[in-house]
Amino acid sequence: MSVVEVTNLRKKFGRLEVLKDISLSIEDGEIISIIGSSGSGKSTLLRCLNRLETIDGGTIVIDGDTMVTTNKKVEYASDEVLKKIRMKTGLVFQNFNLFPHYTVLRNITEAPIHVVGMKEEDAIREAKDLLERLGLADKTDSYPYELSGGQSQRVSIARALALKPKILFFDEPTSALDPELTGEVLKVIKSLASLHMTMIIVTHEMGFAREISDRLIFMDQGVIVENGTPDEVFASDNERTRSFLGKFMD
Amino acid sequence: MSQEAIWKLFKLMLDASAMTGKLFFFTLLIGLPLGLLLALGRMSRIWVISYPIRFFLLVMRGTPLILQLFFFYFGPYYLFGATMQRVTAAIVGMGLNYAAYFAEIYRSGIQSMPRGQYEAATVLGFTRRQTFFKIILPQVIKRILPPMGNEFMTLVKDTALVNCIGVGEIYLLAKDTMSTEGSIIPLLMAGAFYLIMNSIVSRCMSITEKKLDYYR
Repeated sequence: MSVVEVTNLRKKFGRLEVLKDISLSIEDGEIISIIGSSGSGKSTLLRCLNRLETIDGGTIVIDGDTMVTTNKKVEYASDEVLKKIRMKTGLVFQNFNLFPHYTVLRNITEAPIHVVGMKEEDAIREAKDLLERLGLADKTDSYPYELSGGQSQRVSIARALALKPKILFFDEPTSALDPELTGEVLKVIKSLASLHMTMIIVTHEMGFAREISDRLIFMDQGVIVENGTPDEVFASDNERTRSFLGKFMD
Repeated sequence: MSQEAIWKLFKLMLDASAMTGKLFFFTLLIGLPLGLLLALGRMSRIWVISYPIRFFLLVMRGTPLILQLFFFYFGPYYLFGATMQRVTAAIVGMGLNYAAYFAEIYRSGIQSMPRGQYEAATVLGFTRRQTFFKIILPQVIKRILPPMGNEFMTLVKDTALVNCIGVGEIYLLAKDTMSTEGSIIPLLMAGAFYLIMNSIVSRCMSITEKKLDYYR
């Protein structure tokens, strides 16, 4: 069963068409990496799926619930449905976007308590379990400014996981990190693969994408050029694909 | 000026500083929440809300406070034949005037917040209200403390203006005593009073800033 179903998605910024008629289907439990150069539209696609951008045409269905559909006009679902969809998805940002005025623990528990309505002690227990699992047990009471980039990104992954999303999106999760910190975050993402959560990762880490993904999607100038297994994509004859991947091969 | 007269004036000024304190307190009581509302209205995308508020902010910041005080004291009488008590008029006038300045400070603070904070709150499912009060406002308050401290100190000094609508306070006392006694001492004393009050305000502000220093 597909958990993400995108049909004929279009998105414009002013007169610039960033996403041109994108159609995409993602199965439950799949790990997908979206690759492509800057400006190819991959981050915008992710932001549309998380409703951080409104779309200009097309349909998005998340886990059976229609988020937005287009018949003549773009129509988003009712607040109730949108909220339901929101609770099924999580997003990890490139710049972490942790809340600086909260401790690590509170960054994680705030949404479970105040959005889901979880009991405080349960939320704290689960948050501590998550921190333990991500190797951050000693950072519980730290503030974000006291963390390294890699630790910050792991906290933000914990924050997203605390809401138990069915689908987790990553928007260039290691692009703001030094090379030596990138590894620790990639390791954590790999470890999540065993949770059988659907993961959709926008990334520039080709080796990582090739290793972890069930499917690779290569985007260029607002269209999907490749959509297949890592082996298929890396063996592709397509000129655009070859020239893009070639930059990473040396 | 005799020592006796100085001592007497000192006690009178001490009493009068209660009025300064009262004006200070009530101006903030009106100005701080109203300023926040005005800031939000000023940023509204609905022009019927934002345009009148922009105009109001322009008028309040663009005309002398002393003129506004006269307006709030005499205006109701000439317009409706009703009168406000002097102190009430002073508080209303200063409250609205300071709300306008506070609004701009709030706005600068709110607009300086990175978009990522809103986006993170959004994807976690926080409502707009929760996002504002839990995530944005606490960080805004930390950012705007220094400019707010400036305004608070100006406010202490501006309380001297209410003598123009006949509210007795330290400055009026000093001016009157200066002419009856023929001495500059009352003015120096008044200056010392304002200075001491403002050093208290300044101290409170640095304590608050320290308190919010636990995060960056």
